[in-house]
Amino acid sequence: MLRRVRLALGVLLLTSVAFLVSGGFSPATAADTTITGTLSTPAGLPVTGVVITAIGPDGVSVSGTSDEKGVFVIPLSAGGSYTVELDITTLPEGITLNNEADASRSLLVLGGEKRIIIGLSEGGESGIVAGSSGTGERVVQLFLDGILYGLVIALGAVGLNLVFGTTGLTNFSHGELLTLGAFTALTFNTAGLNIIIAAPIAIIFAALVYGWGQNRILWRPLRRRKTGLIAAMIVSIGLAIFLRYTLVLFFGGAPQSYKQFAGQPGIALGPFNTTPKALILGALAIIALAATVIWLQRSRIGKATRAVSDNPALASATGIDVERVISVVWIIGAGLAAFAGIYLGLTQNTVWNMGQRILLVLFAAVILGGLGTIYGAIVGAMVVGIFIQMTTLFIPTEMKTVGALFLMILILLVRPQGLLGRKERVG
Amino acid sequence: MRADTENMAPGRAAAYEALRDVARVPGSPKPDPIVIADRVSRQFGGLKAVDVAHVEIQRGSITALIGPNGAGKTTLFNLLTGFDKPDTGEWTLNKKPIAGKAPYRLARMGMVRTFQLTKALSRMTVMDNMLLGANGQSGERVLNALLPFTWRAQERANAERAVELLSRFNLDAKVGDFAGSLSGGQRKLLEMARALMVGPEIVMLDEPMAGVNPALTQSLLGHIKNIREEGTTVLFVEHDMDMVHDISDWVIVMAQGQIIAEGPPDAVMKDPQVIEAYLGSRHGNALTADGASLTADSQGGTT
Amino acid sequence: MDFGQIFTLTITQAFGVTALIYLFAAIGLNIQFGYTGLLNFGQVAFVAAGAYAVGVIVLTLDLSLWLSIIVALMASTVLALLLGIPTLRLRADYLAIVTIAASELLRLLVRSIAFKDVFGGAQGLNGKLGQEFHDLNPLPADFTLPILSWSRQDLWVVIVGWSLALLFTLFVWGLVRSPWGRVVKGIREDEDAVVSLGKNVFVYKLQALVIGGGIAAFGGILWAVAKQSVQPDTFQPDFTFFVFTILLLGGAARVFGPIAGTVIFWFLLAGFGEVLSSLINNGYIDFLTATDVGSIRFMLMGLGLMLLMIFRPQGIFGDRRELALDAR
Ligand SMILES: Nc1ncnc2c1ncn2[C@@H]1O[C@H](COP(=O)(O)OP(=O)(O)OP(=O)(O)O)[C@@H](O)[C@H]1O
Ligand SMILES: [Mg+2]
Repeated sequence: MLRRVRLALGVLLLTSVAFLVSGGFSPATAADTTITGTLSTPAGLPVTGVVITAIGPDGVSVSGTSDEKGVFVIPLSAGGSYTVELDITTLPEGITLNNEADASRSLLVLGGEKRIIIGLSEGGESGIVAGSSGTGERVVQLFLDGILYGLVIALGAVGLNLVFGTTGLTNFSHGELLTLGAFTALTFNTAGLNIIIAAPIAIIFAALVYGWGQNRILWRPLRRRKTGLIAAMIVSIGLAIFLRYTLVLFFGGAPQSYKQFAGQPGIALGPFNTTPKALILGALAIIALAATVIWLQRSRIGKATRAVSDNPALASATGIDVERVISVVWIIGAGLAAFAGIYLGLTQNTVWNMGQRILLVLFAAVILGGLGTIYGAIVGAMVVGIFIQMTTLFIPTEMKTVGALFLMILILLVRPQGLLGRKERVG
Repeated sequence: MRADTENMAPGRAAAYEALRDVARVPGSPKPDPIVIADRVSRQFGGLKAVDVAHVEIQRGSITALIGPNGAGKTTLFNLLTGFDKPDTGEWTLNKKPIAGKAPYRLARMGMVRTFQLTKALSRMTVMDNMLLGANGQSGERVLNALLPFTWRAQERANAERAVELLSRFNLDAKVGDFAGSLSGGQRKLLEMARALMVGPEIVMLDEPMAGVNPALTQSLLGHIKNIREEGTTVLFVEHDMDMVHDISDWVIVMAQGQIIAEGPPDAVMKDPQVIEAYLGSRHGNALTADGASLTADSQGGTT
Repeated sequence: MDFGQIFTLTITQAFGVTALIYLFAAIGLNIQFGYTGLLNFGQVAFVAAGAYAVGVIVLTLDLSLWLSIIVALMASTVLALLLGIPTLRLRADYLAIVTIAASELLRLLVRSIAFKDVFGGAQGLNGKLGQEFHDLNPLPADFTLPILSWSRQDLWVVIVGWSLALLFTLFVWGLVRSPWGRVVKGIREDEDAVVSLGKNVFVYKLQALVIGGGIAAFGGILWAVAKQSVQPDTFQPDFTFFVFTILLLGGAARVFGPIAGTVIFWFLLAGFGEVLSSLINNGYIDFLTATDVGSIRFMLMGLGLMLLMIFRPQGIFGDRRELALDAR
């Protein structure tokens, strides 16, 4: 009997109020400087009785134990660099760390930095599988996990790529479209809507507000001002940072789960272990992606989209309303991204930097397929998803993203225009 | 025989003499070729953008490369100067094989090009644009950069040469201005002056006259003729047949990637095959072999 | 509220150790991005290379700090070559993605368990990293500053750090007014044009990357020496983006841009943080808690970067015309 357990070890909030650099003034009192955090399972159940120790720069260690709410508090006497260690032996029966490396983390408590937030959860797709299974079974498992992960990546990558294709913007805030989608669903969910209802509402909301609205308020005026592509890229970075910390401000830094389906028991399909929600989400993702592809191929505006991607000036000269196409692209891109965010929120959890963490993987997928080519993005996403999961056969899970990033760099070496991309002309 | 060359400038006369007896067929051998290319081809997807079996460029002449839009002229420039890699082909500069060489090497060897879409370095002054063209500057080595005494003298000499070139192109009043503040035509001039700053043996100009006003065109034509008089070979792309007719010693016609005709301007423009290539696709067979109509039509294509 | 204290704290941070670390990274980035136009989104990797060189040499290998400076420069050069040789032929946007990916890749590698013995895993390397440097401190043992709140140790770091920073600024000034500087500026404007004039653009880009990376590595050395600790998760991509903010604030492609940007950036950021914290602590603001100050500061940083790029891409002192010429 295989049972998957995951520990979504919360985010450590480190607070040091009025902590001084050093010298002249009276140092902050002990109570002001603390490391606090919450330990919870993905289902949101508190994990109690876990001992967490902070070892300071002077070698002195202070401990805290998580209470019945999963909250622990470690008072510190001064700032500096701390190593925070979680005593694995105190974890309750059946709960393990997703990632051994997370048992020990370092934090820097320094003047000027009032608060440092460090995500302890790797939030990987697959948890520790208790019990043993053969390599053959593991290959199948990882392959299918990879397909599911690839679908999430594809949902995120399509929008990234469509926007790039039509406007030339390399959007570093695309990850936040996933995060915003997930948190919008969370907000509706917390307000009392079942996630089954909250999710589609959130996706429509995201498509209109974060997609259409964002383009209308920010990117369209920038295009009007003839802002260069590099400048726009940097604007998107600023936007990403702004959005991430706005989310922290309003939702806090700890991962949260939706009220329903959080701790869904797994099922076994032959050698493949999964959850019903992952399968349903996967099927919905395939439908959404297929619909997008068919839309691009069949519909008038879809064809116009391809024409604009090909050559905006020419498209506009032939009477295509380029701005309308771009609006539609943003709506679709943001909607798919929100779906991807909710997907991640349902299978893992929602956390303020979830989009940031997946952004480079999205880029890897897009680059693999070639920037600006939509089918490339989907193929690239599947390859990256499967690759990331399969490499855990050979390398530690903590390094699985390394493999994907390495693959991306390698591909660019051989084919600078991406696998399916076209070369630019000179002169 | 002397009669037709005697009121020509010496460079023009030499080119005229040299090319007089050259066969007027595609790929004809020249008496003193500076560039010889063989089997140069480049494919984009299903489109064979360039497929040149053989071509030679006569040293010291002004050779025009003409052809309808999309004929592959710019692509051929890109290939010859190393900015794009051909699928097949070999070519030489001064008998030295140069296929596969990096474009900056070819520039140093004396083959310098300009671009169809002007590439003025906007946020640099006109003078800096020019100085960038000078070759073999010791101050461009990072180790010497911090030791101004190693490059000051050279810099001064280059600046003098730059001013001299700029005044030829009527840009001497703009020396300290940002290149981005120049007009489109002035940028074309600057780009040409900058290319000459490299001290090329052959300069390849991609539509140097596009966007330059008619008054200036005349002086630009004068400049190009002067370049030849100084012994530099000129290969240029142009759509305006009047200009081609005015300054070129030899005309090469491309269509659909291939060279379809070669010869002196007069002969080429009367060639029915050329008129067919230029107008055929647009006007079907309804044409008369008339040079004037060819000129009028092709001006619209100057982009 | 004690405005005097807030002000001195703010000044202390605007010229302090952390600001210096960013300053070195910004001076390096100014060569790469400001002058050469390289969209290096992996600058943090060079800082990390410097810091880890010190950590590994001093702690893991128990060798001299001075040796680690040479190793740091070698490491950053190797990194620049590894990063540059494959990527410098790429389009600007691909270069951005690859450099940021490479910096993340490196961070994941140094924090992995596999290399824990060398790099210390997730905790990094902590210990008496800068001892040899602090032993040279000429300030009297009981030294305290009258107004600014630097400790004797920090003041020593700050003095040496600012001297080096000025030296590097002078170095950059010399470089960019030379013919070498002209070539790299040309590359920023239009690479193909420079190639057509016979310059080996690739080599110049590589040189810019190496030089800029080396200067950034000094930021890393300073980090290790001043904070006596090197930790992988401080080298996140956001570091690079804040360096970009600093550079754009002070003005890219201006010799004093990085210095102006750093001081203003940290002055605003620290000042804002101090004022807000003290408002909260004194009960003037009750809808925020002290923990929110950090988030709000980051929000402002993001917003600042956006607004700066949209409305004053030339920086606060820059000449609008220089940028208005083309549509960058
Ligand atoms: N990088 C490229 N990718 C795909 N097709 C290309 C590329 N470069 C050129 N082509 C195609 O090759 C053909 C030749 O283009 P080229 O620019 O050489 O024409 P040209 O003779 O210079 O035309 P014009 O007179 O309009 O400048 C065109 O059909 C063009 O679309
Ligand atoms: Mg052309």
